[in-house]
Amino acid sequence: MTATAAPPTPTWTSMTLARLSVELKEFFRSREQMVFIFLFPMMLLLLFGSVFGGEEIAPGVTFAQYFLAGMVASGILNTGFQSLAMTISIDRDEDVLKRIQGTPLPATSYFAAKVAQVLLVSAVQVAILIAIGVVIYDVTLPSDAGHWGTFAWVFLLGTAAATTLGIAMSTLLRNAKSGSAVITPIVLFLQFTSGVFLVYTQIPTFLQHVAEIFPLKWLAQGMRSVFLPEDFAAAEARGSWELTTGAIVLAAWVVIGLVLAVKTFRWTRHDDN
Amino acid sequence: MTEPAISISGLHKHYGDLHAVDGLDLEIPRGEVFALLGPNGAGKSTTVEILEGFRKRTSGEVSVLGIDPQSATKEWRHRVGVMLQGTSGRGLLTARESVQYAARLYPNARDVDETLAAVGLTEKAGAKPATLSGGQRRRLDVALALIGRPELVFLDEPTTGFDPEARRQFWGLIESVRGDGTTVLLTTHYLDEADHLADRIGIIAAGRMVALDTPAGLRSRANAAHISWVDDGVARTEQTATPSAFLRDLLARTPGEITSLEVRHPSLEDVYLQLIGETQRAAADPSADTEEVAS
Repeated sequence: MTATAAPPTPTWTSMTLARLSVELKEFFRSREQMVFIFLFPMMLLLLFGSVFGGEEIAPGVTFAQYFLAGMVASGILNTGFQSLAMTISIDRDEDVLKRIQGTPLPATSYFAAKVAQVLLVSAVQVAILIAIGVVIYDVTLPSDAGHWGTFAWVFLLGTAAATTLGIAMSTLLRNAKSGSAVITPIVLFLQFTSGVFLVYTQIPTFLQHVAEIFPLKWLAQGMRSVFLPEDFAAAEARGSWELTTGAIVLAAWVVIGLVLAVKTFRWTRHDDN
Repeated sequence: MTEPAISISGLHKHYGDLHAVDGLDLEIPRGEVFALLGPNGAGKSTTVEILEGFRKRTSGEVSVLGIDPQSATKEWRHRVGVMLQGTSGRGLLTARESVQYAARLYPNARDVDETLAAVGLTEKAGAKPATLSGGQRRRLDVALALIGRPELVFLDEPTTGFDPEARRQFWGLIESVRGDGTTVLLTTHYLDEADHLADRIGIIAAGRMVALDTPAGLRSRANAAHISWVDDGVARTEQTATPSAFLRDLLARTPGEITSLEVRHPSLEDVYLQLIGETQRAAADPSADTEEVAS
């Protein structure tokens, strides 16, 4: 306990990295997070793939291949939106956020660590999903930089939208106990209408229009443009991948999510003021 | 260092019509161990949480280590340790990992293993909260509040749920913290804890400070002794400022042995209950219960 030469004051980066390490440990040690967030899309991919996988939905494109793109999109939604909305609202209810507020950790470090955790977990999750697609369902990976460029921006914009909306949703949930009752139907509804569990063009047109408002449809379609053959674009709802529209809708949701998250965020419970 | 650690004047916190804190003045010098006592709903936690920077006040002046906690900075957080009321068993980090993480947030943190040893968690360093007892979790919270070598530490009901031995160990820990010159603001329901640890005790009721004194000073406030005995199978008690005179008289008029004769001088607890009772009788609205809002 002797005083030595002035120890370094923690920097923003060192505190953010310390927090990130906590976030990662908590994610990978949580059975709920591992099963329902991390492994769930993989289990669904294997399940649906083995039941319906062989059916061709267009010449040379099986349902399993279509479903892979949907599951990659869903994984991003799970890990960003669903997981953050649930865990942050539980942390708020249990005063974990209040404890954090009582330490020198800057709010920006806390959020940066959350975003980095989502990015890292999503990247691993998506890599495993793609590997399953390649090994089991004969998905051909694109070999040109253009498709991987598309993959990168769709992944990043999708993660950003899911993360900011997840943080915003965590505050809108007034208590964590009602969390999964609110979140699960939202996620399921989007998955059924956005071309994840069902082929998008096979659902009623009005539901297609509803899904077009939300990010998951554009995330899934963007992923299809990467992993399905180029000529499948003709089988999409408007005969094209609509990447520009997708980018605009996703970016709009990032802005909406960011504004909501920043405006509504609170460290303490709703009944604690 | 002449500036007080905590300085409060005219502090009010209103929730609608409810005045949880109703004009509080208090100054705590550096290095003091100060205990804040009061019944549930008296405004203890509300006051402490305003000082910790978690709550906004309605009016009044507050300065903690020279800073208004409503605009707490990172540098201020470096100097203040906070132990909240209650604890969560949900964490997935081991005790050592939690303390290690916290140590990385402070410029001059204590040694992780020494701190774990100081709170008696060396053997449980690898355990997660779910497998720690309530008392062990509270000791982990103490370690987290102290790891940054704070100049001022807030301990909100730190020993609730402790067994007597754990409470004694905790007292030893606080005494060693005091030895380092740390200012301690502690809330508690245990009179003996305040008596043992605190340099001064503040008793708060209905949002106001009803007494502020050293433990000895408080005790000396009540000078009436209780005399109790049994007369013909009927329990009798008398409260008097002149117990000797009363006894002389009692002995003179009672032939033979007096059954169960006892003379008791008031404890700190008696003084406390008397003060709280007076406030509650004085209060027109006895149903004020702000602690529900806080918990």
